[in-house]
Amino acid sequence: MAATPTREVARRVFASEFNDASYTFKESDDERAPVYVLLPTGERANRVFLVGTLTETEDVGEDSEYWQGRVVDPNGDTFFMYAGQYQPDAASMLRELEPPAYVAVVGKPRTYETDDGEVNVSVRPESISQVDEATRDRWVVETAERTLDRIQAFDDEDGAEMDEYVQMAGEQYDLPVENYRRAAVGALESLEDEQRETTTAEQ
Amino acid sequence: MYRDDQSTGVSHRKHAETETPMTDLHTPATEIQEQFDDQLDVTVDEIEERLETLVEEYKVPLSEARRSVVNTYLDDAGMDRDQLSGGGGNEHVDIADVDAPEEWIDVTAKVVELWDATADAVAQVGLLGDETGTIKFTKWSKSDLPELEEGQVYELRNVVTDEYQGRFSVKLNRTTTIEAVDEEIEVGDDAVEVEGALVDIQSGSGLIKRCPEEDCTRVLQNGRCNEHGEVEGEFDLRIKGVLDDGEEVTEVIFDEEATEALTGISLAEGKEMAMDALDTTVVADEMRQKVLGRYYRVTGPTLGRYVLANEQERLDGPVDAEAMLIKARSI
Repeated sequence: MAATPTREVARRVFASEFNDASYTFKESDDERAPVYVLLPTGERANRVFLVGTLTETEDVGEDSEYWQGRVVDPNGDTFFMYAGQYQPDAASMLRELEPPAYVAVVGKPRTYETDDGEVNVSVRPESISQVDEATRDRWVVETAERTLDRIQAFDDEDGAEMDEYVQMAGEQYDLPVENYRRAAVGALESLEDEQRETTTAEQ
Repeated sequence: MYRDDQSTGVSHRKHAETETPMTDLHTPATEIQEQFDDQLDVTVDEIEERLETLVEEYKVPLSEARRSVVNTYLDDAGMDRDQLSGGGGNEHVDIADVDAPEEWIDVTAKVVELWDATADAVAQVGLLGDETGTIKFTKWSKSDLPELEEGQVYELRNVVTDEYQGRFSVKLNRTTTIEAVDEEIEVGDDAVEVEGALVDIQSGSGLIKRCPEEDCTRVLQNGRCNEHGEVEGEFDLRIKGVLDDGEEVTEVIFDEEATEALTGISLAEGKEMAMDALDTTVVADEMRQKVLGRYYRVTGPTLGRYVLANEQERLDGPVDAEAMLIKARSI
């Protein structure tokens, strides 16, 4: 065993796939073992990095402040995040930011089951920072690339050599990965449209 | 090079727990047995047992255990360490490929730097370099070898590799042959390049204080140096950041100059901010707002698990959505 636990990588995922990632698991029985959500394209995620448009902030707390933020990706799908007293930096960012604004969020996936049995997936932010459009654009292309890599790995798998998370996704979900390829295409197309408009406006 | 606080794991102090008990001892034992094959009748098992005693009972690092066992057999055989060879001709290796201690190798390298020898036993000490990287060398006084000149390229045969705290060096000894070569070498700096989003700024970043004692630059914790106790610290700027590309994380240290280039905050400005707020943590908070969530490319050498940023560049140019779109549509 390594002396220092290695830091968990921050996965790149569009909101539509993230919100479908309702299955959580641990790799060991240890109470402090990290919790992962299972991405439907066959990868585990203990941390995510996302950049999008903050469209709405609201204090939904009853006794103490508990801030909800909505961050929308280029497909119009929404990441939900919640920050309270244990995430003071992120909470104060949500209190102070004026939507709309581009934000970069590093955070942990969290799931909770609603009264009618649905599982909602949200982000518990470690940090939120205001960024520019160039950073958002880079994130969109990067996230498309990582998503396509996962889809290709998912499609390539068969038989005995199967990756354990791809296999797990096959067992836990009945979600065609084609949906997520379309999300990547959609996000890239909307980025291209924006870039074209900017160029036209400049001429 | 500077010393750092304990948490970075790059201090030069010795740690008792360098080796874990599960070390593979059979391979080094076999290698030692081969070195003495002609002179002594020892079995691999015997050697392995000796190594095991040192490593597991006495918790000695493997490299030390190996040295100790080799010395024992040298005495038994009435041999000098210098007479010991890897058996037959040595391999000519690139400096970047040196990855084990106690190996006999040949290198072609330029003397990049000569340092002041601090002990009488050392005739010369400094840095050798080839296209692949650099490595420290030591030349012993008793080996009676010719003087090396800075900037000159040499063919060095029969040098021995050594290791201390994960850093490799080579030792020149009595059997080493030194031949000046008439060629120029462009010395590589074994730098790595990493790209990704800056996803975290770790504690110990921003405006920090270092121990002012000579040759000690440890970062103070609550005004205390681990080595020298309570001292009047000297201010410095740095960022211990994490770059993440979605597949790998890399920890990067930005020194004062790199931190200023990254954040636009100079040491003087940092001190002023801290003075105004009566709190040094405002500096790191301000830095977080300026750099977290942005993409960077960093180039620099590695030290332990860190990359030391020599050059850093914000990635905020246009991105190629078109090429990715073609790929997305094709699968």
